Amino acid sequence: MAIFLNEHSKVIVQGMTGSEGSKHTQRMLNSGTNVVGGVTPGKGGQTVAFEGATVPVFGSVGEAVESTGADVSVVFVPPRFTRGAVIEAVDAGVPLVIVITEGVPVKDTAEFFAYAQSKGTSRIIGPNCPGLISPGKSNAGIIPSDITQSGRVGLVSKSGTLTYQMMYELRDFGFSSAVGIGGDPIIGTTHIDALQAFEDDPETDAIVMIGEIGGDAEERAAAYIKEHITKPVVGYVAGFTAPEGKTMGHAGAIVSGSSGTAEAKKEALEAAGVKVGKTPSATAQLMREILQS
Amino acid sequence: MDLMEYQAKELFAKHDVPVTLGIVVENAADAREAAAQLGGRVVVKAQVKAGGRGKAGGVKLATSPDEAVELAGQILGMTIKDLTVKKVLIAPAADIKDEYYFSYLVDRANRRYLCIASTAGGVEIEVTAHENPDAVKQIAIDPLVGVDDSKAREIVETTGFPAEVADQAVDAVKKLWTVFVEEDASLVEVNPLVLLGDGKLEALDGKVTLDENASFRHADHAEFEDQAEGDPLEVAAKEKNLNYVKLDGEVGIIGNGAGLVMSTLDVVAYAGESHGGVKPANFLDIGGGASAEVMANGLHIILGDPQVKSVFVNVFGGITACDAVANGIVHALHILGDDANKPLVVRLDGNNVVEGRRILADAGHPLVTMVDTMDGAADKAAALANGEAA
Repeated sequence: MAIFLNEHSKVIVQGMTGSEGSKHTQRMLNSGTNVVGGVTPGKGGQTVAFEGATVPVFGSVGEAVESTGADVSVVFVPPRFTRGAVIEAVDAGVPLVIVITEGVPVKDTAEFFAYAQSKGTSRIIGPNCPGLISPGKSNAGIIPSDITQSGRVGLVSKSGTLTYQMMYELRDFGFSSAVGIGGDPIIGTTHIDALQAFEDDPETDAIVMIGEIGGDAEERAAAYIKEHITKPVVGYVAGFTAPEGKTMGHAGAIVSGSSGTAEAKKEALEAAGVKVGKTPSATAQLMREILQS
Repeated sequence: MDLMEYQAKELFAKHDVPVTLGIVVENAADAREAAAQLGGRVVVKAQVKAGGRGKAGGVKLATSPDEAVELAGQILGMTIKDLTVKKVLIAPAADIKDEYYFSYLVDRANRRYLCIASTAGGVEIEVTAHENPDAVKQIAIDPLVGVDDSKAREIVETTGFPAEVADQAVDAVKKLWTVFVEEDASLVEVNPLVLLGDGKLEALDGKVTLDENASFRHADHAEFEDQAEGDPLEVAAKEKNLNYVKLDGEVGIIGNGAGLVMSTLDVVAYAGESHGGVKPANFLDIGGGASAEVMANGLHIILGDPQVKSVFVNVFGGITACDAVANGIVHALHILGDDANKPLVVRLDGNNVVEGRRILADAGHPLVTMVDTMDGAADKAAALANGEAA
C-alpha cells in the first residue's frame, strides 16, 4: 500500500530534459521508479537515453498522459514556469503532482493550488520539497533511495535533509512512505493530509512527524491527531533557538512575535499525546521504544 | 523583503493609493528645508524595518522647521529593535478625523489570501484583536478571483466603514489589492488608514513585505534591497549569496538544508548547557552544492565573527556527496590559510560518506576533528568553544 505512491505508479517528469530533471530522472530510474515519460514543450517526439532505460519526451502533459497512462508528475521546471507547468498537469487530470522546484513565488503557488482545488482531481505536493518515496516500490522526487528499506514507519516532514536524517536514524526499521511536504508558506499537501493517509494505510504502524518554526501547521496537526489518529505518532520540531523575525532558510520558517515558535508547537503536540524528541536522535529513540514495545 | 515606510508609500503612489509621500532626509539639518516645504508642522518618522517605532520614540510631531531639525537629530542614530535609524521621513502633520486598520496577507493555514480590516485603527492590530475582537474583521480572498468590485464592496461593508467614506474605501481597497498582487507582496498593511478633516481617505503609514521569490519579474524591486542595513557579517554573507543569519553565540554552524541547520542550532544549544552555556553563533545553510568556494566563503564569514570559538560542520549527504563536501573543506582550509584559526568539528553522513571521511582523515588537518554522530559532534564543538582541552 504505502501512501500516495506505490509499485503501480507511472511517473512522468516535467522538465526532464533540463539539468536537474535529467539528473534526478536517472536517480529515480536507479531506485526502481517506473518513469514512463518526460515533458518539455517543443521537444515532443524525442527520446532521452538513460542508463538502463530510454524515456520518451512529450510536448505536453496531456500527450504524455494519453500515451502512457501516467498518474504521477514530478515537476522540475524553473520557478518562472512552475505555475504554468502545474496547471497543465492539473488540466491533464494527473492525480498526483509533486513540485520539487524551489523559489516559486507564493502568488503562483496560491493560484495553482486554488486551481487544483477547484478541479478537485489532483493532489499537489510541494513546492520546494524533496518529494515522496515508498521504499522498494517507487521514488518520485529527490529523496535518496539508498538510506533505508521498506518498513512500517510513515514519515512526514517540511524539511528535506531532516527527512534524510530521520530515515537514517531509523534505517533498521524502514519506512512505508516518507513525504517531504516542503517549507514554503503555501504548500499543497499538509501534515494533516499525510497523517490521515498514514492512518488509513494498513502498511503503516507508526508515524514520525517533523515540523519547524513558522505558521501554525503543527498546532493544527496536533488538534487533528488528537481527534483522528489512533496510530502512535512521535514528533520533532526544529528551530528552538531561532530568533524572532528572521527567516531561517525556508521562506516559511520565521517566528513572528510569539507565534510560530518551536516551543508552542512542541506543547501543542504533547497536549495531543504526541511524544516530542528534543533532537533527531532522541526522536528516533522514542519511535524505537514504540516499535519494540 | 520588508520595506521601509517611505518605500511602501512609493509603491502605494505608483498604484494610485491616496498617500502623501513626504521627504526623506539622512541628516538633521536637511529636515529644516523639508519641513518648511511641507508647511512647517510635520511629523518626523524613523525609517527602520521594525514595528513599534512610535513606542520607541521614533515618531514625533514638530511644530516648526527648527523643531523638526531638533527632533530629526534625536531620532537619527537612535536604535529601534537593534536597528540604527539612518533615515527619517518628514511628513506633513495630518488633520485626522478617524483612523482605520487595513491589510492583505497570505493565509498560510487556508492556502489563500486574507483581508484583515478594522474601523478601530491607529493602535497595534494585535491589541485591538485582544481587547475588542469583534472590531477586527477577516475576509477570505480566493486567489483565482482576487478583489473585484463586489469583493471590495463586501470588504468595506463587513468592516463597517462609515457610509460617507464607503465609496472612497472601495476604491482604496481595490488599489491596495493591485499593490498586493502586481508587486508580488506577501503583506500590505496600512495602519492607520485615515479619514482627514477634508473628508478624504489617506494611507498615513505603510508596511509592505515583498516576496523575494518573485524578484525575477520585478527588476525595479532591486532598489529596495538593503544596502548596508543590519549586521555587517549578514551584509557580507548576502554579497556572497550565502543564507546566513547572525546569532549571539560561540559555536559557528555550517550545514546543508534549512531544516537540518535549524536542528543543528538546537542540538548545539542543548549540548552547550553542559559546556559553560555556549550557544550557536549563526545559521548558515550551504544548500546542495557545497563546493570548495561556497565552503570557503562560509568559513570566512564565520571565522570573521570574533565571538566564534569553534565551528561545527554538519552535513547529511542526500544529493550532495560527502566526498565533495570533504574536498570542499580541505580546499577551503587551504584557501583560508592562516585565517583558519579555530577548531572545526565535522560530522558527515549519507551519500558517499566512507570516501568523505577518508578524504578528511588523509588530509589530517590539525584543526579538523571528525565525529560520527550529530549529537556527539555538537557536544565536541560546544566543549571546544568552552575552551575545554581537545
